Amino acid sequence: MATEGFTMSNIIDPIQPVLKARGLMKRYGTVVAMNGADLDLYPDEVLGVIGDNGAGKTTLIRAISGATVPDHGFIELDGKTVDFRIPEDARKAGIETVYQNLALAPALSIADNMFLGRELRKPGIMGALFRKLDHKQMETFARDKLSELGLLTIQNINQTIETLSGGQRQGVAVARAAAFGSKVVIMDEPTAALGVKESRRVLDLILDVKSKGMPIILISHNMPHVFEVCDRIHIHRLGRRLCTVDPKTITMSDAVALMTGAMEPPVETATV
Amino acid sequence: MSQSEPDFEGSLKNTDDAVAAFQLDDRSFLSSIRNAVRNYPTLVPALVLVVSILVFGFLAPRFLSPGVLSLVLQQVTVIGIVAIAQTLIILTAGIDLSVGAILVLSSFVMGRLAVMTGVPLPVAIAAGMAIGTLMGAFNGFLVAKVKLPPFIVTLGTLSVFTALKLWYSGSESIRNSDIEATAPALLWFGEAAARPYGASITYGGVALILLAGIFWYVLQHTAWGRHVHAIGDDPEAAILSGIKTDRTLISVYAVAGLICGFAGWVAIGRVGSISPIAFEEINLATITAVVIGGTSLFGGRGSIPGSVLGALIVGVFTTGLSLAGVDDYWQMFAVGNLVLIAVALDQWLRRASQ
Repeated sequence: MATEGFTMSNIIDPIQPVLKARGLMKRYGTVVAMNGADLDLYPDEVLGVIGDNGAGKTTLIRAISGATVPDHGFIELDGKTVDFRIPEDARKAGIETVYQNLALAPALSIADNMFLGRELRKPGIMGALFRKLDHKQMETFARDKLSELGLLTIQNINQTIETLSGGQRQGVAVARAAAFGSKVVIMDEPTAALGVKESRRVLDLILDVKSKGMPIILISHNMPHVFEVCDRIHIHRLGRRLCTVDPKTITMSDAVALMTGAMEPPVETATV
Repeated sequence: MSQSEPDFEGSLKNTDDAVAAFQLDDRSFLSSIRNAVRNYPTLVPALVLVVSILVFGFLAPRFLSPGVLSLVLQQVTVIGIVAIAQTLIILTAGIDLSVGAILVLSSFVMGRLAVMTGVPLPVAIAAGMAIGTLMGAFNGFLVAKVKLPPFIVTLGTLSVFTALKLWYSGSESIRNSDIEATAPALLWFGEAAARPYGASITYGGVALILLAGIFWYVLQHTAWGRHVHAIGDDPEAAILSGIKTDRTLISVYAVAGLICGFAGWVAIGRVGSISPIAFEEINLATITAVVIGGTSLFGGRGSIPGSVLGALIVGVFTTGLSLAGVDDYWQMFAVGNLVLIAVALDQWLRRASQ
């Protein structure tokens, strides 16, 4: 199944994927989290990834974002094989991830969090010799990015994350990924913790980021959200890709049936 | 597909667009105090220090003389410097019980090399500080790479380093007269740098203030400092943000060891001699200072100036109470209560953040 899809996409489709994963395996003791998982992300698309709980979506995403090192298989970014050992490797390669737990340090400020792990130093001797951070520039950048995305009306960019609501924290995490991602943005359940209006903003934001030419992987349990913004939907089941479907030609209930194993997958239906 | 869906969100069209506006919904008196304390964590220890100095000045007027106040600074010099090291470690949600053993062993390396084997003084001092750094790095390796809990690691190395200390020193002190005869510069930090109004500010006290300034800067204004905070705050978030947490943790413990080695030099000047059984109580004394200074034992929040203030508060309490004629055990009682109040305050602040 997996190899079939591989050859088909190469022969029929001249567009090369931005991100391609093949045969990813990961075991935790006797638990098989990924069992030959594949993934294709094409330019300018939003790829939904859905699957039942325990299907291995999170492990797949962690492998792509460098947080988990797969036992077997390979990942290609722009046709070049990449080997991510730590999240910083993936970030340097241009893959930004909004994790479900957001990966924000609660006692640090919004600006500190946006630049955590990639701080800006002052120019000249203060930065080179004394390693002084350029707080002012980082704050300005963070404020610009947040207001640019229309997610936040900021009172104080030095407010700590712990003083923000769940939706505000999500906003900071999404803004961080959108600001720094250059090749791929991955969002793991970005709307799970949000209210209706905040979810709407994040969905608009996803389309905003997409319109800038950035491909996005969206993991979500919320079928209406997935069907609304995604161009293709990757259905994950039992540690591997079951099939990729086109949201315009499949119903939500069929997607759920596929995801839970109540229905056999059709022959590859989704094209780019 | 999506067009056949009923329009659940149509009614949202004309509603307020502002999402996640940053407004403090709770503006009560208590919450503004809480926010002030959270934003300026050294506020409370600074206030406590000033108030306690005034109170003890009222109880025992002699306390307010420059001589007594500078004596307090001298008494807390070594504890204050080691508290800086302890703060770095506690910020990463760790703890170091081996600081006292590292300090004394470093002192002995300096003392024995300079006094007994006649090694040039700068070399002896560098060797002592290098040994301190090495011992700290060993702690860091066990914490970061072997993934053992810091409490257990440093409980173990406390015994290991103490044993090495007793073996290396031959359980003998290096006497003041010997140090004065062969390597008087080892005592330099005990000398007075200035004597304003009958006070005596030692070079050790100056070193404490300078070192606190340096590490305040490093924690607030360098990427390394931000990473130290982030690791203690949420290690998973730190890793996912691309911070090399293992390397940073080892460097934190190594720097703490270096500071303890330096404190070993300062301690020679303060005490005048080098004793294998000195500074055994400094492990807990530094943790006390750090906690009173407002640094959270759960990591991620706290400050260097706070810890120095914490050390000063303990010094003010013990000196003030003894000048007021209060027995030793009531001094301990008071310091113990300060610790409990500081931890309770920290819990209150943390609860407010969730």
